[in-house]
Amino acid sequence: MGRDVRGRIIQAASRQALLAGLRPGMSLAHASAIFGQLTHYEFDPAEDAAALERLAQWALRRYSPIVMPDPPAGLVIDITGASHLHGGETDLVTDLRRRLLNSRIDAHVCVADTWGAAHAVARFSGQGVFCIPSGGTPEALGSLPTEALRLDPDLADGLRRVGLETIGDLMTTPRGPLELRFGPEPGRRLDQALGRRPDLITPIQAPERIEVDHHFSDPILTSDILLQEVERLSRSLCEALERRSLGALEIDLLTNAVGGEWNALRVGFSSPTRHPERFMRLLKDRLQNTDRGFGIERLHLSASRSTPLIAQQCETLTSSPQVPDIGPLLDVLEARTGKQRLYRIQAVESDCPERSVERVSPLEPPNRARWDPRWPRPARLLEPPDPIETIALLPDQPPVQFTWKGVRRRVLRADGPERIHGEWIRGQDDWMSVRDYFSVEDETGERYWLFREGDGVSLETGSHRWFLHGIFG
Amino acid sequence: MPPSLPRPALDDLRARIARIGPVGQRATGVLPFGVPDIDRRFPEGGLPLSGLHEVAGGGPGTLHAAAAALFVAGVMARSAGHVIWCLTRPDLFAPALAQAGLDADRVIYVEAEREAALLTCFEDSLRHGGLGGVVAEVAKLSMVASRRLQLAAEASGTPGFALRRWRRHADATDFGHPTAALTRWRISALPSTPLEGAGIGRARWLVELIRQRNGGSADFIVEACDATGRLGLSSNMAGRPAVATPRDKQASA
Repeated sequence: MGRDVRGRIIQAASRQALLAGLRPGMSLAHASAIFGQLTHYEFDPAEDAAALERLAQWALRRYSPIVMPDPPAGLVIDITGASHLHGGETDLVTDLRRRLLNSRIDAHVCVADTWGAAHAVARFSGQGVFCIPSGGTPEALGSLPTEALRLDPDLADGLRRVGLETIGDLMTTPRGPLELRFGPEPGRRLDQALGRRPDLITPIQAPERIEVDHHFSDPILTSDILLQEVERLSRSLCEALERRSLGALEIDLLTNAVGGEWNALRVGFSSPTRHPERFMRLLKDRLQNTDRGFGIERLHLSASRSTPLIAQQCETLTSSPQVPDIGPLLDVLEARTGKQRLYRIQAVESDCPERSVERVSPLEPPNRARWDPRWPRPARLLEPPDPIETIALLPDQPPVQFTWKGVRRRVLRADGPERIHGEWIRGQDDWMSVRDYFSVEDETGERYWLFREGDGVSLETGSHRWFLHGIFG
Repeated sequence: MPPSLPRPALDDLRARIARIGPVGQRATGVLPFGVPDIDRRFPEGGLPLSGLHEVAGGGPGTLHAAAAALFVAGVMARSAGHVIWCLTRPDLFAPALAQAGLDADRVIYVEAEREAALLTCFEDSLRHGGLGGVVAEVAKLSMVASRRLQLAAEASGTPGFALRRWRRHADATDFGHPTAALTRWRISALPSTPLEGAGIGRARWLVELIRQRNGGSADFIVEACDATGRLGLSSNMAGRPAVATPRDKQASA
């Protein structure tokens, strides 16, 4: 609720209110006359700005080192170089929107090549989450109104009056006459949205971050000098971390090229560290590919996530030999393959073979669960199980022969059945289901793990089809 | 090469060759199999720790290399420290490795999208030096790649296992090409130890040591790894009665 000459007017309204026909700009008297009961709050620009700032700090810690609040109600997040930590762009925005919804913020999220394009689509397409593929900006913007280009409403109105309704119209209009009549603004905004002209983002800084920063009087052009400088910064960051007994879990390197463009590199560590060598090992490869443009003017290195790391006594006379530290190796492997692809497998209490394993982070403390050593398990497990054709007696005989991948195999010896019941706690599908597992051996000595869906008597327990689930060694 | 009587002249010569060898200045021990008949085939009395070893499956096992994977797991079970297992197809079933004696807490899996990335991870892990061993399921292994891996393994004293696994039988001809690995093995499944009643006895493998540096080749018929990763010399070879106990397998209804 704000004020203008007409008295109290509506600044913003909830989704339900908007659906009911309330519009920002209506006077409160008008709205109350239509809707009767209204819950309203006073408009407090300072508090709104502070809330947006808090949200930006959260996004900075969670998603990317380059975040800028875009008042009144927007956030600009540059996820270049940071999206892989969240499993790609799509996963990142889905996660972002979900978390915002959980805090009851109904946000529109868009990923695009440029700030301008993302701004336009997030606000005007009406979709909750939208990822514009790289290079697809012109198509995505074509049908949106010209206001979407961050133009003044009066200017957009003027454009509409001469028949330029959409951004697509603006793209096909010759630039000269347009500039004569409306000035450089429409062309500039269009170029920014299409990525033909740089758009400056001024990233916010987290207050509690440990960071080091260096401006260079001469821009850095060669990668050797860049590496040297980054190493120097790494050392001072590590000293700063040591003074506070902290270790970094994630560090951000921002490079500012001549011309104002920021580039971000974010690298994570498997265990807290303050060794400059460990920083450099991960940064080095990534730095080779950074776009240096016309030279780098400013470097900014910060520990975006850190945790207490207290110096430990490394050896005493009586201690047992040290367990080698595999942390640095895991960092390197993780940087090469990604977090999800580096894991340990631990046992889960479940009879169902595919549920008896669980991937956990390699440095997770070991749990006590172990698989039952009595039941033989195959070295390779097919996921999903391969359907096979068999000749078998119901209900509890192993197959006499089976055909897998077009090859018929005669079963000479077999063990089983090992009956595994569905886990009713998991849901309706598991309620009645049964699998009868057999280990079988063919003439060559190859051993396979087969199962039949169902108990061989009642069709309620499964379809009685046969599957090959694994291969023994 | 016949399993030998002591030959001082030959041993002396070997020691001198080892001294002038390209990088083989490090004598970092061996990992015995604990089966005398196998161990005496190695000049040093066991599988050399600092080196690259190639293991492939034979017969139908060429494509899934299940027995080969368990053979490697059995060897790793007797080493200490973490084991990095690099793969491109995540179909390895961890409980089976645990049954071959390799504890699940010791194994860290690295999934790579492509072979090239897999080989880099393999090499990085080998260079670390603090691991019990590194296993990588690779299809192609060129002379150059294997040489790099061998040097990395020698420098750090970590055993590396290239578990050869192909997508098609036609690709498996690659196994004949020379590599810089210290040893080359082929593990094929054999019909299991016969039991008196019905059921499957302890798995048996034909273990072929096709090539080894400084040594000869050999074939063994063995019983698959037990719960501590040890191979059993097959009763057929030793002329002893079957040692495998019939598994108590009933419906756990």
